[in-house]
Amino acid sequence: MSSLTVTGVTKSYGATPVLTGVDLHVPGGGFTALLGPSGCGKTTLLRLIAGFDDPDTGTVDVGGRLVAGPGRSVAARRRRIGFVPQEGGLFPHLPVAGNVAFGLPRRQRRDRGRVAELLALVGLDPALADRSPHQLSGGQQQRVALARALAPEPSLVLLDEPFSSLDASLREETRQAVVDALRASGATAVLVTHDQAEALSMADEVAVLRRGRLVQLADPRTLYRSPRDLDVASFVGESVVLDAEVRAGQAHTALGALALERPCPDGPARVLLRPEQLRLAPVEGGVPVARVRSVDFFGHDARVRLELPSGLACSARLEGWDLPVAGEDVSVRVVGAALPFPAGAPDAPAVAQVRGA
Amino acid sequence: MSPAARPGAPAGPGTPGPVRARRPGLRRTPVTLLLAAAVAALALLPLGYIAVSTAGLGWSGIRELVLRPRVGELLWNTARLAGGTVVLCAVLGVGAAWLVERTSVPGRRVWHVLLVAPLAVPAFVNSFAWISLLPGVDTYAGALLVVTLSYFPFVYLPVVAAFRGLDPALEDTARGLGLSSWAVFRRVQLPQLRVALLGGSLLVALHVLAEFGALQMLRYPTFTTAIYDQYRATFNGPGATTLAGVLVLLCLFLLLAELRLRGRRGYARTGAGVARPGRRVRLGALTVPSLLALAALVGLSLAVPLAGLGTWLVRGSSTALDLGALATTTGTTLGLAAAAAVVTTAMALPTGWLAVRSRGRVATLLERSTYLGSSVPAIVIALALVTLAIRATPWLYQTVPVLLAAYAILFLPRAIVTVRAAVEQSPPLYDDVAASLGSSAPDRLRRVTLPLLAPGIGAGAALVFLAVVTELTATLLLAPTGTTTLATAFWSASSALEYGAAAPYAVVMVLLSAPATVLLSRDSSRGLTT
Repeated sequence: MSSLTVTGVTKSYGATPVLTGVDLHVPGGGFTALLGPSGCGKTTLLRLIAGFDDPDTGTVDVGGRLVAGPGRSVAARRRRIGFVPQEGGLFPHLPVAGNVAFGLPRRQRRDRGRVAELLALVGLDPALADRSPHQLSGGQQQRVALARALAPEPSLVLLDEPFSSLDASLREETRQAVVDALRASGATAVLVTHDQAEALSMADEVAVLRRGRLVQLADPRTLYRSPRDLDVASFVGESVVLDAEVRAGQAHTALGALALERPCPDGPARVLLRPEQLRLAPVEGGVPVARVRSVDFFGHDARVRLELPSGLACSARLEGWDLPVAGEDVSVRVVGAALPFPAGAPDAPAVAQVRGA
Repeated sequence: MSPAARPGAPAGPGTPGPVRARRPGLRRTPVTLLLAAAVAALALLPLGYIAVSTAGLGWSGIRELVLRPRVGELLWNTARLAGGTVVLCAVLGVGAAWLVERTSVPGRRVWHVLLVAPLAVPAFVNSFAWISLLPGVDTYAGALLVVTLSYFPFVYLPVVAAFRGLDPALEDTARGLGLSSWAVFRRVQLPQLRVALLGGSLLVALHVLAEFGALQMLRYPTFTTAIYDQYRATFNGPGATTLAGVLVLLCLFLLLAELRLRGRRGYARTGAGVARPGRRVRLGALTVPSLLALAALVGLSLAVPLAGLGTWLVRGSSTALDLGALATTTGTTLGLAAAAAVVTTAMALPTGWLAVRSRGRVATLLERSTYLGSSVPAIVIALALVTLAIRATPWLYQTVPVLLAAYAILFLPRAIVTVRAAVEQSPPLYDDVAASLGSSAPDRLRRVTLPLLAPGIGAGAALVFLAVVTELTATLLLAPTGTTTLATAFWSASSALEYGAAAPYAVVMVLLSAPATVLLSRDSSRGLTT
């Protein structure tokens, strides 16, 4: 297991800057997700780490060995970095065993036991070894691709949106198999994804990429509870953003006076709540009231879209047990503290900008 | 939009970022680029030779040689034959394709194979069969008949493919908007057939311009036959060169016209997934007349030449069949065809590779120049190579390498098209994955790239092989003394009116070409480039 350190990496394609200075550290044996919207440069960063492309500036360091930097570029085949592409990328002319054994030294390629071991590692039946890739399901292809990447015992494994082409039922199962196999192999792993649920549930740490820059690197809970700005907040989960006036350690909002997650200077601010912090109840005096606009019912839980008297829309996440109906008035209570962002902070306008784009 | 609330995942799966594809760029492939440039240069050699030597004659020389009644006569002959053939082939090709693809006519699969089968009979063999059975066909009408029957599959095949690709949803939509069946054909289907029809017609016209054997046999003079006669009479007078220059100009004019007419409109289906097969038109009372029409077309284009060959084979076998000579000639032909297939496919690799992996102006230019060079008629290519060999490299004159170069120039597009398709099937991703698994560049070539390209390379080589087996014109001019192929042996026997002796060679050529025909009838979208 090796750590990965990326320092000040930039990359442009023609006149289009894709990465504008990325710093990233993944500890040895860690599992980090690179999360970002489409086109934010996350796949480019992965390709630079793998050695398929060279950065314009900056360095890449794997396990204390400089693999890309000024005047130095170690060829991809000498980096010992495993790569699992989107949709698996299995060699169509080779059977499963041929794919898995591709990166092994010549002597070991015919070793059926080693192939069976690797297939077992990713939770596949060794009987699949003689199948052709096109005879496998999407999830099986992904697992074979992972087994192939793990076969030469790489110090680092890169996964490029490996689950995005799977349907929902397969995705959960394949994710679990991949996490288990990576833990068992002990390799350091970097997963690229645009699915925030995937990033939060799988990784030890999540790095949020935005417009070619890393904006936050944190463990999933910290990222969800204390996002660096409102844009990151909305990207990693549903948010309820309220205008507030901070006085004496409390935020006064349309949903009443809220406790603060962290100290904030008095004055205008915006506060962040998560929909699951809102509790609804029949209307009672002294508690803020909202009207239910619609209910999205998911079975295990539901999203209730609310309209506050001020006209502001927000939603609450409730268990799917006892739900209000559209048109009903309900009172809204807030559980837990709100995260404040003082007005005039440099990140505030960025939110509107991104929305408009 | 209010920033109050926002759903979690911003983008669904399958929306890749805009800047994902990596362009390896031409800088990374200097050797490939150099090789592809050399191939393009070779392909353009005949064209360049004609241009330079015509320019060398000076304006007054050109005027003297071009502005004379003989050239006018040839121009008229060539133009009316090309025009007539294109119109007839379009009518026959679209009609037959419509019957087979869009109606309930019985036996569609059999008809499809039978309508492609005439491609297995070289035009000069077809013409031999007709003239040996009906000596009176050496007229404009006769030439038009024979050439049309040989070339209508060039229109039929792409139009069948286009009919298959038509999205029936468009037709249903048009009907829903209240259009009649005829209006649907005219306003919805015909515009979508346009590209296929134009492409097929261009092929027909280029083939008519390049056709030598069939027309010589029918004694119908066009530019190709005149160039050949001129070459036989004066070896290499400026007369032959200027005639070749006019012929090349005609070819270029056709290529440009097709480019203009085709336009830039795309006719691809906009939706994803496989198109639903459309409803077929019920022929009802018209079934029998339709069957008769198809039977007549197949009878004239296939049964007549085969019957002619059969007749002469039976008559000749008693007197003139020399099995030893037939075997030797077949061996020589197969050897030349195999060598040409290997050489041509190897030459197609760099161009096909660049066209996919380093898309851009340079790659397109190199690919197009190769196609342009190959659109020059075989007689002109042969003439240019003969003269260049004598002047620049006398030790190469009448040797196999020059003949192979001519074959390569003629048939490169067939190989490039298939190699290109194969490279498209093996994205650079596989290369990256193999590299990340520790595989070196030569190792990747051996274990990943070549295995993935092999089927495409094989198909390209097979197409070249089969084209060389029936090549007549360039072989006549360039084959080393004493080397006879099936086509030239057939040619000399039939020129001497020894029809019985000629027939066996033609039969072997038809038998060897049959597999290509089966290939084409199965996959009608490829291989029709010459």
